[in-house]
Amino acid sequence: MKPIWYFVGLFLTAVGVIVLASGMYDLVVPPAEKTVLSEIHPGVWWGAVILVSGLIFYFANRKKTVE
Amino acid sequence: MATFSLSVVDWLILAIYFGFILGLGYYLKKFTKSHEDYFLAGRKNSAWVAGIAFLSANLGALELLGMTGNTFKYGMYVAHFYWIGAIPAMLFLGLYMMPFYYSSKIHSVPGYLKLRFDERTRVLNGIAFGVMTLLVSGINLYAMALVLRTFLGWDWNVSMWVSAATVAFYVTLSGLLSAIFTEIIQFFLIWFGLFLVTILGLVEVGGVGQVLANIPASFGTLWSTSGDASRNGMEITWAGIVLGLGFVLSFGYWTTDFLVVQRAFSARNLRAARMTPIIASFPKMAVPAIVVLTGLIALILAKTPGSGFALMRDGGQVNYDSTLPLLIMRYYPHGLVGLGVSALLAGFMAGQAGNISAFNTVWTYDVYRAIINKKAGDDHLMWVGRIATVVGVVLSVVTAYWAKGFPSIMDYMQAIFSWVNAPLFATMLLGMFVVWITPAGAFWGLLAGMVTSVTMFLAVKFQWIDPAQITLSSTASDMAVNFWRAWWAWLVCFVMTIVISLFTKKKPKEELVGLVKGLTQETLLEPVPFVKKPEFYAIISVIVLVILNVYFW
Repeated sequence: MKPIWYFVGLFLTAVGVIVLASGMYDLVVPPAEKTVLSEIHPGVWWGAVILVSGLIFYFANRKKTVE
Repeated sequence: MATFSLSVVDWLILAIYFGFILGLGYYLKKFTKSHEDYFLAGRKNSAWVAGIAFLSANLGALELLGMTGNTFKYGMYVAHFYWIGAIPAMLFLGLYMMPFYYSSKIHSVPGYLKLRFDERTRVLNGIAFGVMTLLVSGINLYAMALVLRTFLGWDWNVSMWVSAATVAFYVTLSGLLSAIFTEIIQFFLIWFGLFLVTILGLVEVGGVGQVLANIPASFGTLWSTSGDASRNGMEITWAGIVLGLGFVLSFGYWTTDFLVVQRAFSARNLRAARMTPIIASFPKMAVPAIVVLTGLIALILAKTPGSGFALMRDGGQVNYDSTLPLLIMRYYPHGLVGLGVSALLAGFMAGQAGNISAFNTVWTYDVYRAIINKKAGDDHLMWVGRIATVVGVVLSVVTAYWAKGFPSIMDYMQAIFSWVNAPLFATMLLGMFVVWITPAGAFWGLLAGMVTSVTMFLAVKFQWIDPAQITLSSTASDMAVNFWRAWWAWLVCFVMTIVISLFTKKKPKEELVGLVKGLTQETLLEPVPFVKKPEFYAIISVIVLVILNVYFW
């Protein structure tokens, strides 16, 4: 079977893409209701961190199988 | 009352989470062919997989919410739960107890009691553990529905039944394997979903230095105010912390609670099993970076005029558990809100799956096969395990409705552990390290310890006695009473087991080979360099633990 780290990679990649895209949308179209520290755009950089982490897990494990 | 408003993006993340865990359960079903696969994930997991699952089984959302709130209430003393109250026990399990557990090829902790002592001790612990697990699972479910209703406005019944049905689906299909996989997904969700609260909180208040500078002095230390119970927020002395939490409750939970120990049993060999709790000790020490720091940040914000931050109130009482959700609401924009809510949901559901997967194993091996059907074959046992999963989930929901009718049952959560785990640790400790402890001593000692703990709980609850008589200090918080009750239950079990063993029939030594220190060959591990040995990583873990305690002394 595929190792759990492969699924962790898939999951984080999917979530990272959505959080990053949502953050970039807010960058272009600022929301009416602002959260505290919204000016530092946490959705963008945290989404990028999740996405990069997910891609690392995915590419490191995409060809692996475990017993 | 303010609630989260979820956008389409947040719902999409929630949908991905549910799709993933249901899909994983279905995918793993084809790899679940035998009862070993179903109950112990085939005993094929690496130390890293078992180690992260070992930690995640304990890292539920109830704990995250509760401990963040407790930090707001008690200060940094909460870090004791993650450091002195966890690490020594986890290392002791890996270094000294795991060889006896793993090498005897048992399926559960009660299974060890059967081999070391007798059937009645196994059944006593099996039934107590089963009841405890279902109670905790139900209370967990109730707490989840409460959080979802409070912060998201979701319907109580829909929240409980959807999450219960999801857990029933994937655990029924692929047992412990799917529980472990979802626990690992949960681990990453919690760190990526909640650690950002800490980062943003630190940015707002100005860093860790500002946090420590702006909290009451007694809230920022670990030991320097523990000489006098009235000088610290938790109202406990160092003796209560060391004996109650650091020794009995911690060792009782981490070394004997099958919910966590089952993850180590799933490891591929003895070395991986021994490494499991040792690997878990490192992320365990890091958890206060989420719960303690956010609790302290919330405390500062609540005391800062104009910050706009205040904890919720329920019927005039401060709701400390609202700390973490309110910080998520404060900092997270859409998208991240979905991630934060998914992390909390994952914590609740993985906690429930952990309880159910431990329950189905103990029920199948230690109650069903021990009492009802001693000749049950492998296929039949797996079928019984699947039925037990569904029944366990339904009973959890029933317990959750019961808890809804009696909200004070939440108060019993901590107490439940001291009823079952604290005395069991004395039984295990004596059983593994003292050859002449007898089956009669173990059974009656365990029973006496459990009865002592329950009696003390009732005596304080109904004010038959003053809590100070248990805690040996003039002031005592509920937490301090919990710690001390655990200590007395352990001591009664320990002494009774020894005294009764002196006068009752011992088991022949040849029946105890592999189960007791001194009768077991020490050359169980394949030779490896010192840097690959569990002892090496345990030493590093101890060094980190000492540094943390000295730094925050």
